[in-house]
Amino acid sequence: MAQTTDIITVEQLSHSFGDKTVLQNINLSIKKGEFVTILGPSGCGKTTLMRLIGGFLKATAGKITIAAKDMTQVPPHLRPVNTVFQRYALFPHLNVYDNIAFGLQLKKLPKEKIQKRVKQVLKIVTMMDYEKRDVDSLSGGQQQRVAIARAIVNEPEVLLLDEPLAALDLKMRKDMQMEIKAMHKKLGISFLYVTHDQEEALTLSDRIVVMSEGKIQQIGSPTEIYNEPANSFVADFIGESNILDGKMLKDELVECAGLQFECVDKDFEPNELVDVVIRPEDIYIFEMSDAAQFSGVVTSSIFKGVHYEMMVTTDAGFEFMIQDYHCFEVGKTVGMKVKPFDIHVMKKERARNAFDGTIVDKSHVRFLDNTFECKEAANYSAGTEVKVFVDFADVTLFDSEDDGDLKGVIRLILYKGNHYHLTILVEGTDHIFVDTNDIWDDGDRIGISIPSQNIHLEKA
Amino acid sequence: MQNQLLSFLGRRRNWAIPYALFLVFFVLVPMTLIVYYAFTNQDGQFTFANIQKFWIHPEAMNTFIYSVVVAMITTVICILIGYPAAYILSKMEARTAKLLVILFILPMWINFLIRTLATVALFDFFKIPLGEGALIFGMVYNFLPFMIYPIYNILQKTDKSLIEAAQDLGANPRQVFLKTELPLSVPGIISGVIMVFMPVISTFAIAELLTINNIKLFGTTLQENIYNGTWNYGAALSLIMLLLIGLTALLNRDENTKAAEEGNLL
Repeated sequence: MAQTTDIITVEQLSHSFGDKTVLQNINLSIKKGEFVTILGPSGCGKTTLMRLIGGFLKATAGKITIAAKDMTQVPPHLRPVNTVFQRYALFPHLNVYDNIAFGLQLKKLPKEKIQKRVKQVLKIVTMMDYEKRDVDSLSGGQQQRVAIARAIVNEPEVLLLDEPLAALDLKMRKDMQMEIKAMHKKLGISFLYVTHDQEEALTLSDRIVVMSEGKIQQIGSPTEIYNEPANSFVADFIGESNILDGKMLKDELVECAGLQFECVDKDFEPNELVDVVIRPEDIYIFEMSDAAQFSGVVTSSIFKGVHYEMMVTTDAGFEFMIQDYHCFEVGKTVGMKVKPFDIHVMKKERARNAFDGTIVDKSHVRFLDNTFECKEAANYSAGTEVKVFVDFADVTLFDSEDDGDLKGVIRLILYKGNHYHLTILVEGTDHIFVDTNDIWDDGDRIGISIPSQNIHLEKA
Repeated sequence: MQNQLLSFLGRRRNWAIPYALFLVFFVLVPMTLIVYYAFTNQDGQFTFANIQKFWIHPEAMNTFIYSVVVAMITTVICILIGYPAAYILSKMEARTAKLLVILFILPMWINFLIRTLATVALFDFFKIPLGEGALIFGMVYNFLPFMIYPIYNILQKTDKSLIEAAQDLGANPRQVFLKTELPLSVPGIISGVIMVFMPVISTFAIAELLTINNIKLFGTTLQENIYNGTWNYGAALSLIMLLLIGLTALLNRDENTKAAEEGNLL
């Protein structure tokens, strides 16, 4: 049930291009006057979501309500939203004034009124003397302002901004961020902002929607997202973090990196496997002393302006990133300590890979659109539906996509202190998750195979 | 010796020499000759008589005006047929569109004389009398691809986000077309007009064949004069046509260069 203060509600929205699903079951609501940012890496579906709300794409399933009206099938020109496009999309055949007046002229407003409104918004975006200028003669930042003016002059209920600052240089981007924030305050309408820049999202937003692989990972205020990330993806994507595999020994006691830490989290199963996140600025580092919870050797130290960023390898062989105002030289043995409330424990989304499969014969099982040799298949009769489990560390990866049984693309890499956790999209089907010590790159195309003894089956 | 040759070839500006020679012998010299013949009489004496003859002699003048009218009608028909075709092509999936564009320009791979002769045969077969209608048909048939291609090219290169921006600002499909796509494709239209209008004025073969020599275009008059040995008058007429074409090209010089760039002249 949409509340009256919600200007946009998105319910169960899904979208696919051909057989490729890019958005899955998105639920989201935006309040009147709110600044909401959709944040995620490229290819996560954030632009698709915005285009669905703008009406440039028709949703495969689900419902979009704008200003209490069902807008799912309404074409873009009838929606009470306006968009600031990624590369501005200013009309090259019109000057600044006519670009901004475009929407008002379509509404057949009287000339004097159009003139007044255009002058008003030009003042808001501080472009007063540019009315007669050719848009091609403007700088990137000026084009950006005109694009914003052209959208807000129509007084939309919601302003959609699709990575509006991506084409500007860093300094310009910072200035424009402040201006956009001020504009939002002044106009009082809702802004829906799409970006892949986490810093931009943290700076601007009332609420952030973190997306990955077509799904919403977390919705929350900037502080919530930063301090209480919902899963390891969010923790990794927002800010710097140390993410480790852990085990919840009991309430308020977690084991990770071969050590036991007191924490403030509870209500887990005994010995439940978890992800542990510690922000680099939350680890105290000092000369080795009795106060140390654990010790390690500094392996690198880089000056970052305000602080030093150091990599420390612990005695158990885990690597931690630590930020501190003091510099500790490379090679030095240091003591470290983490306070209980600085340890964030998160439920693991999965402890191993799980797939739906079918037994082919006594030695083969079919899953991920491929037939695999499997020892345990002998226990089942052909045609039986089974659950297939593969441990993260039991998958073999090859440099060439032509080796191995499956082809895949690495979509996400998480460093877990002593190994990498890869999210791999298997061509045409599902994700597979792999732990490895080898170094791969985001976007690498790889071959995948699973040794027969590593495929475990359970009755479905 | 060899070194000298190498250094001669090594200088890039020297590569232009073959074309420069071509330019001198086949463009500059003939042009000079046209000007020379236009302002002399048969005895080689300087005179304005040839130019005056054009203004006084109603026949040449009438042919010229008639040619311009034919060229205008042809151009308008080409736009009316060509623009929608180019528009539909530009909205198609790239691969299908490319194939269809090739089909559209395929006739141009055949010599236009042969095409025109075939048209005559076709008209004969269907017992349609040759004449003015056949002339316009032949012109449109021959020059239509020159209209479609530049328009298609520019429409297909139009930034899709501009169309989305117009929709976003409240334009319905008709308004999107009238307020963005059409004005943005004007350079393509200009390019098409230049490539259809100018050649139609000076073509004579199509008129000759499709009207059994009944209708004269300006090109025919030119050809007749040269053929009959009245070179001086022929040269004067050529010069007048050249100046008029040059003038129209100059009038929209800005758009012209832009059109040539964006419309990608064949």
